[in-house]
Amino acid sequence: MTAASQTTNQAAPKTATVALRGPDAGTARTALLFAVGLAVAGAAPFALYPVFVMKVLCFALFACAFNLLIGFAGLLSFGHAAFFGGAAYVTAHSVKVWGLPPEAGLLLGVLAGAFLGLIFGVIAIRRQGIYFAMITLALSQMVFFMALQMKFTGGEDGIQGVPRGVLFGIFDLTQPLTMYYAVLAIFVVGFALIWRTVHSPFGQVLKAIRENEPRAISLGYRTDRYKLVAFVLSASLAGLAGGTKALVFQLASLTDVQWQMSGEVVLMTLLGGMGTLFGPVVGAGLVVTLESYLAATSLPVPVVIGAIFVVCVLLFRRGIVGEILARLPGAR
Amino acid sequence: MRSLLLAGTALLTLASGAAQAQVSNDVVRIGVLNDRSGIYADLAGEGSAIAARMAAEEFGGKVAGAPIEIVVADHQNKADIAASKAREWVDTGNVDVIADVPNSAAALAVQGITKEKKRIFLMSGPGATALTGAQCSPYGFHWTYDNYAMAAGTGRALFEQGKKSWYFVTADYAFGQSLEEETTKMVNKLGGKVVGTVRHPLGSSDFSSFLLQAQASKADVIGFANAGGDATNAVKQAAEFGITQSGQSLAGLLLFITDVHALGLSAAQGLMFTEGFYWNLDDQTRDWSKKFEAKAGKKPTMVQAGVYSAVKHYLKAVEAAKTDDSDKVAAKMRELPVEDMFAKKGKVAANGRMFHDMYLVRVKKPGESKGPWDYYDVVKTIPAETAFLDPALSGCPLVK
Repeated sequence: MTAASQTTNQAAPKTATVALRGPDAGTARTALLFAVGLAVAGAAPFALYPVFVMKVLCFALFACAFNLLIGFAGLLSFGHAAFFGGAAYVTAHSVKVWGLPPEAGLLLGVLAGAFLGLIFGVIAIRRQGIYFAMITLALSQMVFFMALQMKFTGGEDGIQGVPRGVLFGIFDLTQPLTMYYAVLAIFVVGFALIWRTVHSPFGQVLKAIRENEPRAISLGYRTDRYKLVAFVLSASLAGLAGGTKALVFQLASLTDVQWQMSGEVVLMTLLGGMGTLFGPVVGAGLVVTLESYLAATSLPVPVVIGAIFVVCVLLFRRGIVGEILARLPGAR
Repeated sequence: MRSLLLAGTALLTLASGAAQAQVSNDVVRIGVLNDRSGIYADLAGEGSAIAARMAAEEFGGKVAGAPIEIVVADHQNKADIAASKAREWVDTGNVDVIADVPNSAAALAVQGITKEKKRIFLMSGPGATALTGAQCSPYGFHWTYDNYAMAAGTGRALFEQGKKSWYFVTADYAFGQSLEEETTKMVNKLGGKVVGTVRHPLGSSDFSSFLLQAQASKADVIGFANAGGDATNAVKQAAEFGITQSGQSLAGLLLFITDVHALGLSAAQGLMFTEGFYWNLDDQTRDWSKKFEAKAGKKPTMVQAGVYSAVKHYLKAVEAAKTDDSDKVAAKMRELPVEDMFAKKGKVAANGRMFHDMYLVRVKKPGESKGPWDYYDVVKTIPAETAFLDPALSGCPLVK
């Protein structure tokens, strides 16, 4: 926890130069990378197990949402599990018990994430640094204990057997491939939204706040409002990821709201490269792959992931993508 | 890459001819899915895989002419990992049976998948009664214990020992509350009474105020309706207060021999709870446990012994049905009596619950223990009929 926040503080100024590149060359490269990524993702279910790739996509979206906050606004939230897991519960419950179609369930999940984000944000953005992180952690623990106690979440059994349903009345999500492309579409929409946000004037203000908040204030920006909007946006996207995951796995459980999940998303973002657009996707892919493929070996999964994290912090603090970008000619 | 390899091997096995057409893919593949690195790694973990291999070895590694293969995976106590691993095993790994799966959320997820995909599911690790209740499956077999057996079994057995009034220290969430509720129902039904209850939050480290209230209640039994770290912390602090020495009994509602091993006898002495298995019951259990210890380096828990028994019974059913077709094997499993070192004259009910004797144990004093793992006095054998919930009351739609 402290290790994570320390690296945040140290890594932020270094990645800044990468993120503040001009829109010309950077945009072309991003578009190219995005097209390649999309082609790979489109072909992935024929080579890899679709459920596994869907899981990667859900976590990638979650990590991207988190990265929007830490990488571009400089806010380290330690409570993102509450948005992710809270939305998973809301989507699962509304689809299973109320019998809503999946798109309505997802929408409710996003709204739940946004609502929680608004509450968390209003309270937490009044403080900075470690206090901000602690407040978000405390609030997310409250959500965890509520999830543990409330009847509709099923306690430690979770909500099980969530039907996937028929998206927009046309797409039958019980077919693995249909579900896969629906998840891919959701991811692309979420990712595009983040890309647009980062490259908008709003995104530039966020970066300014990250770099020097008093100066942004002196320029006349109401930084608290910008931070709050960024927080709510990030929470909504985390909610979208959580709701999608509930549909993919047809369950919502305490794992998704536990503080370890907040830690996991920090880990994914830092490993991949904080403040880069593709970093969180790579980080999420790496962590999820390790979790599922080490599962069948005799290596203890948490130890391996922990060791990789230590190596990352010691040797390449910018994360995988951050380090590649920094070493590419013309990147600076 | 892995899935490609798997697909390749699957194709090869298909191509090599269907000599034993009755066994799918010419192999009976058993997937042991449990926690191998977290809090349940000691009580299930690799030990469960060893137990499953021991069952396969007793069949000479072959059943109905097809080789038996054991594969393992670590679900890391996450329901989504359990669900995706189980799906992957069934879809691309030709796994016929999934075994163990501690953690009730993970087990319920796997129950849903095995029901949909028609694969046998042998549950030893999880405790949720819903697995043979509302969420029961024609292919799901709940083998070793369940929360009802642990709670109600302990309530009844202690009542019969003359301990009639209870005070609960309950973990304040659905699991703790259901343990408390089941025990209360049983105690009230028999004519005992519950004199009080105190709720503590999940993950408490300080139980002193709860224990003082419990002590002041003068109840015959202080019941700990919690598990894992909460239970061991409560027991440890109760020992510091000298509660058992002052005449009250401590009852754990969900404890395993590994918890006692971790606590040590001086802290755990006098504690009473229900076990599904103890290595030192008779010659058969001692014999098997000795073999297990040679491989695992420790005595088996009831979960591990249960995995052995469940896998063995499954293999017997495959042998008898001469096929690994899930419907036929499930029917045979219900038809055949369960007879091995774990369960004597066990019987599988319509809802998938395996009925076998349970044991009320009391933890020995340090001076009484003759060696490592010599931890229990078996106070009472709880007969199978009263140990578990009557299937007719389980709420399982399969029971007519």
